[in-house]
Amino acid sequence: MRLINQKPGPALAFFLAALPFVLLLIAYAIGSYYRLLENPNDKLLPAPSKVFETAQRLFTEGDRRTGRILLWHDTAASLRRLGIGVALCAFFGTVFGLLIGLLPYVRTTLAGFVAVISMIPPLALLPILFIMFGLGELSKVVLIVVGILPFMIRDLSGRVMEIPREQIVKAETLGASTWVIMLRVGLPQLMPRLIQAVRLSLGPAWLFLIAAEAIASDQGLGYRIFLVRRYLAMDVILTYVIWITLLAFIIDWLLKTLSRKAFPWAEANL
Amino acid sequence: MSFVVAENIFQSYGDRPILERVNLEVDEGEFISIVGASGCGKSTFLRLLLAQETPTHGTIRVDGNPPATEPGLERGVVFQRYSVFPHLTIRENIVAGEAFKRPWGRLFGAEAKAAQIRADATLARCGLDHVADQYPATLSGGMQQRLAIGQALTAKPRVLLLDEPFGALDPGTRLAMHDFLMELRAETGMTVFMVTHDLEEGFKLGDRVLVFDKPRWDPTHPEAFGATITYDFDARNGGIPFQTIKEDTHVLRPQ
Repeated sequence: MRLINQKPGPALAFFLAALPFVLLLIAYAIGSYYRLLENPNDKLLPAPSKVFETAQRLFTEGDRRTGRILLWHDTAASLRRLGIGVALCAFFGTVFGLLIGLLPYVRTTLAGFVAVISMIPPLALLPILFIMFGLGELSKVVLIVVGILPFMIRDLSGRVMEIPREQIVKAETLGASTWVIMLRVGLPQLMPRLIQAVRLSLGPAWLFLIAAEAIASDQGLGYRIFLVRRYLAMDVILTYVIWITLLAFIIDWLLKTLSRKAFPWAEANL
Repeated sequence: MSFVVAENIFQSYGDRPILERVNLEVDEGEFISIVGASGCGKSTFLRLLLAQETPTHGTIRVDGNPPATEPGLERGVVFQRYSVFPHLTIRENIVAGEAFKRPWGRLFGAEAKAAQIRADATLARCGLDHVADQYPATLSGGMQQRLAIGQALTAKPRVLLLDEPFGALDPGTRLAMHDFLMELRAETGMTVFMVTHDLEEGFKLGDRVLVFDKPRWDPTHPEAFGATITYDFDARNGGIPFQTIKEDTHVLRPQ
Protein backbone atom coordinates (compact mmCIF):
# COMPACT_ATOMS: atom_id res chain seq x y z
CA MET A 1 0.00 0.00 0.00
CA ARG A 2 1.26 3.45 -0.85
CA LEU A 3 2.30 5.74 2.02
CA ILE A 4 -0.20 8.37 0.86
CA ASN A 5 -3.04 5.92 1.49
CA GLN A 6 -1.97 4.80 4.95
CA LYS A 7 -3.77 6.45 7.84
CA PRO A 8 -3.20 5.98 11.58
CA GLY A 9 -6.06 4.72 13.78
CA PRO A 10 -7.48 6.95 16.54
CA ALA A 11 -5.21 5.68 19.32
CA LEU A 12 -2.07 5.87 17.18
CA ALA A 13 -3.15 9.29 15.89
CA PHE A 14 -3.34 10.60 19.45
CA PHE A 15 0.04 9.12 20.27
CA LEU A 16 1.63 10.56 17.12
CA ALA A 17 0.14 14.00 17.76
CA ALA A 18 1.48 13.99 21.33
CA LEU A 19 4.88 12.59 20.32
CA PRO A 20 6.65 15.85 19.27
CA PHE A 21 5.55 17.58 22.48
CA VAL A 22 6.78 14.69 24.62
CA LEU A 23 10.07 14.50 22.72
CA LEU A 24 10.65 18.23 23.16
CA LEU A 25 9.96 17.94 26.88
CA ILE A 26 12.29 14.95 27.20
CA ALA A 27 15.04 16.67 25.24
CA TYR A 28 14.72 19.72 27.46
CA ALA A 29 14.69 17.63 30.62
CA ILE A 30 17.82 15.73 29.56
CA GLY A 31 19.66 18.92 28.60
CA SER A 32 18.65 20.58 31.83
CA TYR A 33 19.61 17.53 33.91
CA TYR A 34 23.16 17.35 32.55
CA ARG A 35 23.76 21.08 32.78
CA LEU A 36 22.55 21.11 36.40
CA LEU A 37 24.68 18.04 37.14
CA GLU A 38 27.74 19.98 36.10
CA ASN A 39 26.75 23.24 37.77
CA PRO A 40 23.76 23.25 40.17
CA ASN A 41 23.54 27.05 39.87
CA ASP A 42 23.17 26.97 36.08
CA LYS A 43 20.44 29.37 35.02
CA LEU A 44 20.21 28.62 31.33
CA LEU A 45 18.10 25.46 31.44
CA PRO A 46 16.25 25.36 34.78
CA ALA A 47 14.76 22.02 35.76
CA PRO A 48 11.12 21.51 34.67
CA SER A 49 10.14 21.26 38.33
CA LYS A 50 11.70 24.67 38.97
CA VAL A 51 9.84 26.20 36.05
CA PHE A 52 6.64 24.71 37.43
CA GLU A 53 7.31 26.15 40.88
CA THR A 54 8.07 29.56 39.41
CA ALA A 55 4.91 29.41 37.34
CA GLN A 56 2.88 28.64 40.44
CA ARG A 57 4.48 31.57 42.24
CA LEU A 58 3.96 33.94 39.31
CA PHE A 59 0.30 33.06 38.89
CA THR A 60 -0.64 33.24 42.57
CA GLU A 61 1.74 35.41 44.61
CA GLY A 62 1.62 39.17 44.57
CA ASP A 63 4.54 41.50 44.06
CA ARG A 64 6.44 42.03 47.33
CA ARG A 65 6.23 45.82 47.08
CA THR A 66 2.71 46.42 45.71
CA GLY A 67 0.99 43.10 46.39
CA ARG A 68 -0.31 42.98 42.83
CA ILE A 69 0.04 39.74 40.92
CA LEU A 70 2.19 41.02 38.09
CA LEU A 71 1.49 38.24 35.61
CA TRP A 72 -2.21 38.97 35.51
CA HIS A 73 -1.62 42.69 35.18
CA ASP A 74 0.88 42.06 32.40
CA THR A 75 -1.61 39.79 30.67
CA ALA A 76 -4.41 42.32 30.94
CA ALA A 77 -2.24 45.14 29.60
CA SER A 78 -0.95 43.08 26.67
CA LEU A 79 -4.33 41.65 25.74
CA ARG A 80 -5.86 45.11 25.82
CA ARG A 81 -3.26 46.47 23.40
CA LEU A 82 -3.57 43.40 21.20
CA GLY A 83 -7.36 43.51 21.28
CA ILE A 84 -7.63 47.20 20.40
CA GLY A 85 -5.04 46.89 17.63
CA VAL A 86 -6.56 43.79 16.05
CA ALA A 87 -10.11 45.13 16.39
CA LEU A 88 -9.14 48.35 14.62
CA CYS A 89 -7.48 46.31 11.87
CA ALA A 90 -10.52 44.07 11.52
CA PHE A 91 -12.83 47.08 11.21
CA PHE A 92 -10.77 49.07 8.72
CA GLY A 93 -9.72 45.92 6.89
CA THR A 94 -13.40 45.06 6.33
CA VAL A 95 -14.35 48.56 5.21
CA PHE A 96 -11.43 49.00 2.83
CA GLY A 97 -11.57 45.39 1.70
CA LEU A 98 -15.19 45.84 0.63
CA LEU A 99 -14.56 49.21 -1.02
CA ILE A 100 -11.46 48.04 -2.90
CA GLY A 101 -13.00 44.71 -3.83
CA LEU A 102 -16.27 46.08 -5.17
CA LEU A 103 -15.63 49.60 -6.46
CA PRO A 104 -13.28 49.93 -9.44
CA TYR A 105 -12.63 53.62 -8.66
CA VAL A 106 -11.45 52.89 -5.13
CA ARG A 107 -9.50 49.87 -6.38
CA THR A 108 -7.64 51.92 -8.97
CA THR A 109 -6.86 54.57 -6.39
CA LEU A 110 -5.85 52.47 -3.40
CA ALA A 111 -4.81 48.95 -4.44
CA GLY A 112 -1.31 49.97 -5.55
CA PHE A 113 -0.85 52.26 -2.58
CA VAL A 114 -1.79 49.54 -0.10
CA ALA A 115 0.49 47.06 -1.86
CA VAL A 116 3.46 49.43 -1.50
CA ILE A 117 2.63 50.35 2.12
CA SER A 118 2.41 46.69 3.05
CA MET A 119 6.05 46.27 1.97
CA ILE A 120 7.34 48.72 4.62
CA PRO A 121 8.87 46.72 7.47
CA PRO A 122 6.72 47.89 10.43
CA LEU A 123 9.48 47.55 13.03
CA ALA A 124 11.56 50.04 11.04
CA LEU A 125 8.77 52.54 11.68
CA LEU A 126 8.79 51.92 15.43
CA PRO A 127 11.12 54.83 16.26
CA ILE A 128 8.93 57.15 14.20
CA LEU A 129 5.87 55.89 16.04
CA PHE A 130 7.53 56.45 19.42
CA ILE A 131 8.47 59.98 18.39
CA MET A 132 5.04 60.76 16.97
CA PHE A 133 2.74 59.01 19.43
CA GLY A 134 4.90 58.99 22.55
CA LEU A 135 5.82 55.97 24.62
CA GLY A 136 2.30 55.32 25.87
CA GLU A 137 -0.35 52.87 24.78
CA LEU A 138 -1.05 54.62 21.49
CA SER A 139 2.27 53.88 19.82
CA LYS A 140 1.97 50.15 20.60
CA VAL A 141 -1.52 49.93 19.19
CA VAL A 142 -0.45 51.91 16.15
CA LEU A 143 2.47 49.54 15.57
CA ILE A 144 0.09 46.57 15.50
CA VAL A 145 -2.24 48.44 13.14
CA VAL A 146 0.59 49.52 10.83
CA GLY A 147 1.97 45.99 10.94
CA ILE A 148 -1.10 44.01 9.99
CA LEU A 149 -3.66 46.37 8.47
CA PRO A 150 -2.12 46.59 4.96
CA PHE A 151 -1.91 42.81 4.67
CA MET A 152 -5.42 42.44 5.98
CA ILE A 153 -6.76 44.94 3.44
CA ARG A 154 -4.98 43.11 0.62
CA ASP A 155 -6.23 39.75 1.82
CA LEU A 156 -9.83 40.85 2.37
CA SER A 157 -10.13 42.86 -0.85
CA GLY A 158 -8.83 39.80 -2.67
CA ARG A 159 -11.48 37.70 -0.97
CA VAL A 160 -14.19 40.15 -2.02
CA MET A 161 -12.99 39.96 -5.61
CA GLU A 162 -13.21 36.17 -5.39
CA ILE A 163 -16.99 36.40 -4.97
CA PRO A 164 -18.25 35.03 -8.29
CA ARG A 165 -19.30 37.76 -10.72
CA GLU A 166 -22.51 35.80 -11.30
CA GLN A 167 -23.62 36.51 -7.74
CA ILE A 168 -23.06 40.24 -8.09
CA VAL A 169 -24.93 40.30 -11.42
CA LYS A 170 -27.73 38.28 -9.89
CA ALA A 171 -28.04 40.80 -7.06
CA GLU A 172 -28.15 43.59 -9.65
CA THR A 173 -30.99 41.89 -11.50
CA LEU A 174 -32.86 41.70 -8.19
CA GLY A 175 -32.62 45.49 -8.06
CA ALA A 176 -29.86 45.80 -5.43
CA SER A 177 -27.97 49.09 -5.24
CA THR A 178 -24.19 49.25 -4.70
CA TRP A 179 -24.86 49.81 -1.02
CA VAL A 180 -27.16 46.79 -0.76
CA ILE A 181 -24.67 44.60 -2.65
CA MET A 182 -21.98 45.63 -0.15
CA LEU A 183 -24.24 45.15 2.84
CA ARG A 184 -26.05 41.95 1.91
CA VAL A 185 -23.76 40.14 -0.55
CA GLY A 186 -20.20 41.34 0.14
CA LEU A 187 -20.16 41.86 3.90
CA PRO A 188 -21.77 38.61 5.05
CA GLN A 189 -19.59 36.55 2.76
CA LEU A 190 -16.52 38.42 3.98
CA MET A 191 -17.18 37.69 7.65
CA PRO A 192 -15.79 34.13 7.83
CA ARG A 193 -12.82 35.28 5.75
CA LEU A 194 -12.31 38.11 8.20
CA ILE A 195 -12.10 35.70 11.11
CA GLN A 196 -9.61 33.64 9.13
CA ALA A 197 -7.57 36.77 8.38
CA VAL A 198 -7.61 37.73 12.05
CA ARG A 199 -6.41 34.25 12.99
CA LEU A 200 -3.55 34.48 10.53
CA SER A 201 -2.56 37.98 11.58
CA LEU A 202 -2.54 37.24 15.31
CA GLY A 203 0.97 35.79 14.96
CA PRO A 204 2.46 39.01 13.55
CA ALA A 205 0.31 41.02 15.99
CA TRP A 206 1.94 39.26 18.96
CA LEU A 207 5.34 39.83 17.40
CA PHE A 208 4.78 43.57 17.05
CA LEU A 209 3.22 43.81 20.50
CA ILE A 210 6.13 42.12 22.23
CA ALA A 211 8.65 44.12 20.24
CA ALA A 212 7.00 47.39 21.19
CA GLU A 213 6.66 46.35 24.83
CA ALA A 214 10.26 45.23 24.97
CA ILE A 215 11.51 48.62 23.88
CA ALA A 216 9.34 51.00 25.87
CA SER A 217 6.74 50.00 28.43
CA ASP A 218 6.18 49.62 32.13
CA GLN A 219 3.97 46.56 32.03
CA GLY A 220 2.99 43.84 29.63
CA LEU A 221 4.12 40.33 28.84
CA GLY A 222 6.87 41.42 26.44
CA TYR A 223 8.10 44.05 28.88
CA ARG A 224 8.41 41.47 31.67
CA ILE A 225 10.29 38.98 29.53
CA PHE A 226 12.84 41.55 28.49
CA LEU A 227 13.08 42.90 32.05
CA VAL A 228 13.95 39.58 33.68
CA ARG A 229 16.33 38.78 30.82
CA ARG A 230 18.83 40.98 32.69
CA TYR A 231 18.84 38.50 35.58
CA LEU A 232 18.96 35.47 33.29
CA ALA A 233 15.68 34.37 34.93
CA MET A 234 15.00 31.63 32.43
CA ASP A 235 12.31 30.09 34.64
CA VAL A 236 10.28 33.32 34.47
CA ILE A 237 10.90 33.75 30.76
CA LEU A 238 9.85 30.19 30.03
CA THR A 239 6.69 30.58 32.11
CA TYR A 240 5.78 33.72 30.18
CA VAL A 241 6.56 32.14 26.82
CA ILE A 242 4.40 29.11 27.62
CA TRP A 243 1.65 31.40 28.89
CA ILE A 244 1.75 33.52 25.72
CA THR A 245 1.66 30.40 23.57
CA LEU A 246 -1.32 29.13 25.52
CA LEU A 247 -3.13 32.47 25.19
CA ALA A 248 -2.49 32.57 21.44
CA PHE A 249 -3.71 29.00 21.09
CA ILE A 250 -6.90 29.67 23.07
CA ILE A 251 -7.67 32.83 21.08
CA ASP A 252 -7.16 30.96 17.83
CA TRP A 253 -9.40 28.13 19.00
CA LEU A 254 -12.10 30.57 20.11
CA LEU A 255 -12.05 32.31 16.74
CA LYS A 256 -12.23 28.99 14.92
CA THR A 257 -15.20 27.90 17.01
CA LEU A 258 -16.91 31.26 16.55
CA SER A 259 -16.49 31.01 12.80
CA ARG A 260 -17.96 27.52 12.73
CA LYS A 261 -20.92 28.44 14.93
CA ALA A 262 -21.72 31.79 13.37
CA PHE A 263 -21.25 30.91 9.70
CA PRO A 264 -22.46 27.34 9.19
CA TRP A 265 -22.90 28.00 5.45
CA ALA A 266 -19.16 28.59 5.05
CA GLU A 267 -18.17 25.29 6.67
CA ALA A 268 -17.29 23.57 3.41
CA ASN A 269 -14.99 26.36 2.30
CA LEU A 270 -12.88 26.83 5.41
CA MET B 1 -43.47 46.69 -32.32
CA SER B 2 -41.57 43.70 -31.02
CA PHE B 3 -40.85 43.34 -27.33
CA VAL B 4 -37.11 42.75 -27.46
CA VAL B 5 -35.28 44.34 -30.40
CA ALA B 6 -31.58 43.90 -31.09
CA GLU B 7 -30.38 46.16 -33.88
CA ASN B 8 -27.16 45.64 -35.75
CA ILE B 9 -25.17 44.36 -32.77
CA PHE B 10 -21.39 44.20 -33.07
CA GLN B 11 -19.26 43.13 -30.14
CA SER B 12 -15.50 42.81 -30.13
CA TYR B 13 -12.93 42.33 -27.35
CA GLY B 14 -9.92 44.38 -28.38
CA ASP B 15 -9.49 43.71 -32.10
CA ARG B 16 -11.12 40.29 -31.84
CA PRO B 17 -14.67 40.37 -33.19
CA ILE B 18 -17.12 38.06 -31.38
CA LEU B 19 -20.47 39.07 -32.81
CA GLU B 20 -21.24 40.91 -36.02
CA ARG B 21 -24.48 42.19 -37.55
CA VAL B 22 -26.84 40.50 -35.14
CA ASN B 23 -30.44 41.57 -35.70
CA LEU B 24 -33.25 40.07 -33.74
CA GLU B 25 -36.87 40.81 -32.95
CA VAL B 26 -38.69 38.84 -30.29
CA ASP B 27 -42.34 39.10 -29.30
CA GLU B 28 -43.47 39.18 -25.71
CA GLY B 29 -43.92 35.70 -24.27
CA GLU B 30 -41.70 33.93 -26.77
CA PHE B 31 -39.22 31.29 -25.60
CA ILE B 32 -35.97 31.66 -27.52
CA SER B 33 -33.37 28.90 -27.43
CA ILE B 34 -29.87 29.90 -28.45
CA VAL B 35 -27.55 27.15 -29.65
CA GLY B 36 -24.18 27.06 -31.36
CA ALA B 37 -20.66 25.73 -31.05
CA SER B 38 -18.42 26.80 -28.18
CA GLY B 39 -16.89 30.23 -28.65
CA CYS B 40 -19.59 31.38 -31.05
CA GLY B 41 -20.76 34.24 -28.94
CA LYS B 42 -23.93 32.69 -27.47
CA SER B 43 -23.00 33.63 -23.95
CA THR B 44 -21.68 36.99 -25.11
CA PHE B 45 -25.06 37.69 -26.68
CA LEU B 46 -26.76 36.72 -23.43
CA ARG B 47 -24.49 39.06 -21.49
CA LEU B 48 -25.43 41.82 -23.93
CA LEU B 49 -29.12 41.06 -23.40
CA LEU B 50 -28.44 41.18 -19.67
CA ALA B 51 -26.67 44.55 -20.12
CA GLN B 52 -23.69 43.13 -18.22
CA GLU B 53 -21.71 44.25 -21.27
CA THR B 54 -22.39 47.07 -23.70
CA PRO B 55 -22.15 46.25 -27.42
CA THR B 56 -19.46 47.98 -29.49
CA HIS B 57 -22.15 48.99 -31.97
CA GLY B 58 -25.89 48.65 -31.98
CA THR B 59 -28.62 48.73 -29.39
CA ILE B 60 -30.80 46.28 -27.51
CA ARG B 61 -34.15 47.58 -26.36
CA VAL B 62 -36.71 45.87 -24.17
CA ASP B 63 -40.27 47.15 -24.64
CA GLY B 64 -38.99 50.23 -26.45
CA ASN B 65 -37.06 51.48 -23.41
CA PRO B 66 -33.66 53.13 -23.91
CA PRO B 67 -30.80 50.57 -24.00
CA ALA B 68 -29.79 49.52 -20.48
CA THR B 69 -26.25 50.23 -19.28
CA GLU B 70 -26.22 47.80 -16.36
CA PRO B 71 -28.25 44.79 -15.20
CA GLY B 72 -31.47 45.72 -13.47
CA LEU B 73 -34.91 44.60 -12.41
CA GLU B 74 -36.14 44.36 -16.01
CA ARG B 75 -34.00 41.29 -16.63
CA GLY B 76 -33.82 38.17 -14.51
CA VAL B 77 -30.97 35.70 -14.87
CA VAL B 78 -30.02 32.15 -13.95
CA PHE B 79 -26.46 31.06 -14.57
CA GLN B 80 -25.11 27.54 -14.75
CA ARG B 81 -23.54 28.01 -11.30
CA TYR B 82 -23.27 30.58 -8.49
CA SER B 83 -26.77 31.92 -9.06
CA VAL B 84 -27.90 31.69 -5.45
CA PHE B 85 -26.40 33.33 -2.39
CA PRO B 86 -24.55 30.75 -0.30
CA HIS B 87 -24.79 32.77 2.93
CA LEU B 88 -28.60 33.00 2.88
CA THR B 89 -30.97 30.17 3.73
CA ILE B 90 -33.24 28.85 0.99
CA ARG B 91 -36.13 30.99 2.23
CA GLU B 92 -33.94 34.08 2.59
CA ASN B 93 -32.75 33.56 -0.97
CA ILE B 94 -36.32 33.81 -2.21
CA VAL B 95 -37.11 36.77 0.04
CA ALA B 96 -34.00 38.48 -1.35
CA GLY B 97 -35.84 38.65 -4.67
CA GLU B 98 -38.18 41.17 -3.06
CA ALA B 99 -35.92 42.69 -0.43
CA PHE B 100 -32.76 43.59 -2.38
CA LYS B 101 -34.47 46.47 -4.17
CA ARG B 102 -35.10 48.22 -0.84
CA PRO B 103 -32.68 50.87 0.51
CA TRP B 104 -31.26 48.51 3.17
CA GLY B 105 -31.78 45.33 1.20
CA ARG B 106 -34.18 44.14 3.88
CA LEU B 107 -37.88 44.12 4.61
CA PHE B 108 -39.14 45.02 8.06
CA GLY B 109 -42.14 44.17 10.21
CA ALA B 110 -45.37 43.12 8.56
CA GLU B 111 -43.84 43.41 5.10
CA ALA B 112 -41.15 40.93 6.04
CA LYS B 113 -43.76 38.50 7.37
CA ALA B 114 -45.85 38.79 4.21
CA ALA B 115 -42.76 38.27 2.04
CA GLN B 116 -41.88 35.15 4.04
CA ILE B 117 -45.32 33.70 3.50
CA ARG B 118 -45.07 34.43 -0.24
CA ALA B 119 -41.58 32.91 -0.23
CA ASP B 120 -42.92 29.74 1.37
CA ALA B 121 -45.56 29.53 -1.35
CA THR B 122 -42.86 29.92 -4.02
CA LEU B 123 -40.76 27.25 -2.33
CA ALA B 124 -43.71 24.89 -2.24
CA ARG B 125 -44.16 25.59 -5.96
CA CYS B 126 -40.46 24.72 -6.54
CA GLY B 127 -40.68 21.62 -4.31
CA LEU B 128 -38.21 23.10 -1.85
CA ASP B 129 -40.45 23.79 1.16
CA HIS B 130 -38.96 20.94 3.18
CA VAL B 131 -35.48 22.52 3.12
CA ALA B 132 -36.49 26.17 3.61
CA ASP B 133 -34.16 26.72 6.56
CA GLN B 134 -31.10 25.04 5.10
CA TYR B 135 -28.28 26.65 3.17
CA PRO B 136 -27.89 26.18 -0.61
CA ALA B 137 -24.67 24.18 -0.19
CA THR B 138 -26.75 21.29 1.15
CA LEU B 139 -28.93 21.17 -1.98
CA SER B 140 -28.38 19.03 -5.06
CA GLY B 141 -27.60 20.72 -8.37
CA GLY B 142 -31.19 20.45 -9.63
CA MET B 143 -32.62 21.88 -6.42
CA GLN B 144 -30.16 24.77 -6.54
CA GLN B 145 -31.26 25.61 -10.08
CA ARG B 146 -34.92 25.40 -9.09
CA LEU B 147 -34.14 27.80 -6.26
CA ALA B 148 -32.28 30.11 -8.66
CA ILE B 149 -35.23 30.18 -11.05
CA GLY B 150 -37.69 30.77 -8.20
CA GLN B 151 -35.51 33.58 -6.89
CA ALA B 152 -35.23 35.21 -10.30
CA LEU B 153 -39.00 35.05 -10.81
CA THR B 154 -39.71 36.57 -7.38
CA ALA B 155 -38.30 39.86 -8.66
CA LYS B 156 -40.82 39.71 -11.53
CA PRO B 157 -38.50 40.45 -14.46
CA ARG B 158 -39.80 41.31 -17.93
CA VAL B 159 -37.27 39.00 -19.59
CA LEU B 160 -35.73 35.85 -18.10
CA LEU B 161 -32.23 34.94 -19.28
CA LEU B 162 -30.90 31.43 -18.74
CA ASP B 163 -27.22 30.67 -19.37
CA GLU B 164 -26.96 26.89 -19.75
CA PRO B 165 -29.12 26.49 -16.66
CA PHE B 166 -29.26 22.70 -16.85
CA GLY B 167 -25.76 22.14 -18.20
CA ALA B 168 -24.42 20.64 -14.97
CA LEU B 169 -27.40 18.37 -14.22
CA ASP B 170 -27.83 14.66 -14.80
CA PRO B 171 -30.30 13.62 -17.56
CA GLY B 172 -33.14 12.63 -15.23
CA THR B 173 -33.00 15.84 -13.23
CA ARG B 174 -32.77 17.73 -16.49
CA LEU B 175 -36.08 16.30 -17.72
CA ALA B 176 -37.75 17.19 -14.43
CA MET B 177 -36.36 20.71 -14.75
CA HIS B 178 -37.80 21.00 -18.28
CA ASP B 179 -41.28 20.22 -16.95
CA PHE B 180 -40.79 22.65 -14.07
CA LEU B 181 -39.68 25.42 -16.42
CA MET B 182 -42.49 24.83 -18.92
CA GLU B 183 -45.10 24.94 -16.15
CA LEU B 184 -43.70 28.17 -14.76
CA ARG B 185 -43.60 29.66 -18.21
CA ALA B 186 -47.20 28.70 -18.91
CA GLU B 187 -48.16 30.41 -15.64
CA THR B 188 -46.21 33.62 -16.12
CA GLY B 189 -46.14 33.96 -19.92
CA MET B 190 -42.70 35.46 -19.65
CA THR B 191 -40.21 36.12 -22.42
CA VAL B 192 -37.30 33.70 -22.01
CA PHE B 193 -33.89 33.47 -23.64
CA MET B 194 -32.01 30.24 -22.96
CA VAL B 195 -28.47 29.43 -24.05
CA THR B 196 -27.92 25.69 -24.28
CA HIS B 197 -25.48 23.16 -25.68
CA ASP B 198 -28.21 20.58 -26.02
CA LEU B 199 -30.02 20.83 -29.39
CA GLU B 200 -32.79 18.52 -28.26
CA GLU B 201 -33.41 20.65 -25.20
CA GLY B 202 -33.40 23.78 -27.33
CA PHE B 203 -36.05 22.46 -29.71
CA LYS B 204 -38.12 20.90 -26.95
CA LEU B 205 -38.41 24.05 -24.86
CA GLY B 206 -38.09 26.85 -27.39
CA ASP B 207 -40.62 28.54 -29.66
CA ARG B 208 -37.70 29.63 -31.78
CA VAL B 209 -34.21 28.21 -31.98
CA LEU B 210 -31.47 30.63 -32.94
CA VAL B 211 -28.19 29.20 -34.21
CA PHE B 212 -25.07 31.28 -33.75
CA ASP B 213 -22.26 30.55 -36.20
CA LYS B 214 -19.57 32.29 -38.18
CA PRO B 215 -20.82 32.95 -41.72
CA ARG B 216 -17.33 33.84 -42.90
CA TRP B 217 -14.32 31.72 -42.07
CA ASP B 218 -10.66 32.41 -42.74
CA PRO B 219 -8.74 29.13 -42.34
CA THR B 220 -5.45 30.93 -41.72
CA HIS B 221 -6.98 33.34 -39.25
CA PRO B 222 -9.90 31.72 -37.44
CA GLU B 223 -10.49 34.73 -35.24
CA ALA B 224 -10.82 37.22 -38.05
CA PHE B 225 -14.61 37.22 -38.18
CA GLY B 226 -17.36 37.20 -35.61
CA ALA B 227 -20.48 35.09 -35.35
CA THR B 228 -24.06 35.99 -36.07
CA ILE B 229 -27.48 34.34 -36.17
CA THR B 230 -27.28 31.95 -39.12
CA TYR B 231 -30.57 30.10 -38.60
CA ASP B 232 -33.80 31.06 -36.93
CA PHE B 233 -35.97 27.95 -36.66
CA ASP B 234 -39.63 27.90 -35.81
CA ALA B 235 -39.68 25.21 -33.14
CA ARG B 236 -43.38 25.34 -32.27
CA ASN B 237 -45.58 22.36 -33.12
CA GLY B 238 -42.73 19.93 -32.79
CA GLY B 239 -40.57 21.90 -35.19
CA ILE B 240 -42.99 21.57 -38.14
CA PRO B 241 -43.45 25.07 -39.56
CA PHE B 242 -46.59 26.73 -40.96
CA GLN B 243 -48.94 24.84 -38.62
CA THR B 244 -50.49 27.94 -37.15
CA ILE B 245 -53.14 29.63 -39.25
CA LYS B 246 -52.68 33.37 -39.00
CA GLU B 247 -55.16 34.58 -41.61
CA ASP B 248 -58.81 34.92 -40.84
CA THR B 249 -60.25 32.30 -43.19
CA HIS B 250 -63.60 30.61 -43.42
CA VAL B 251 -62.00 27.20 -43.35
CA LEU B 252 -62.79 25.03 -40.37
CA ARG B 253 -60.04 25.60 -37.82
CA PRO B 254 -58.38 22.65 -36.11
CA GLN B 255 -59.49 22.74 -32.46
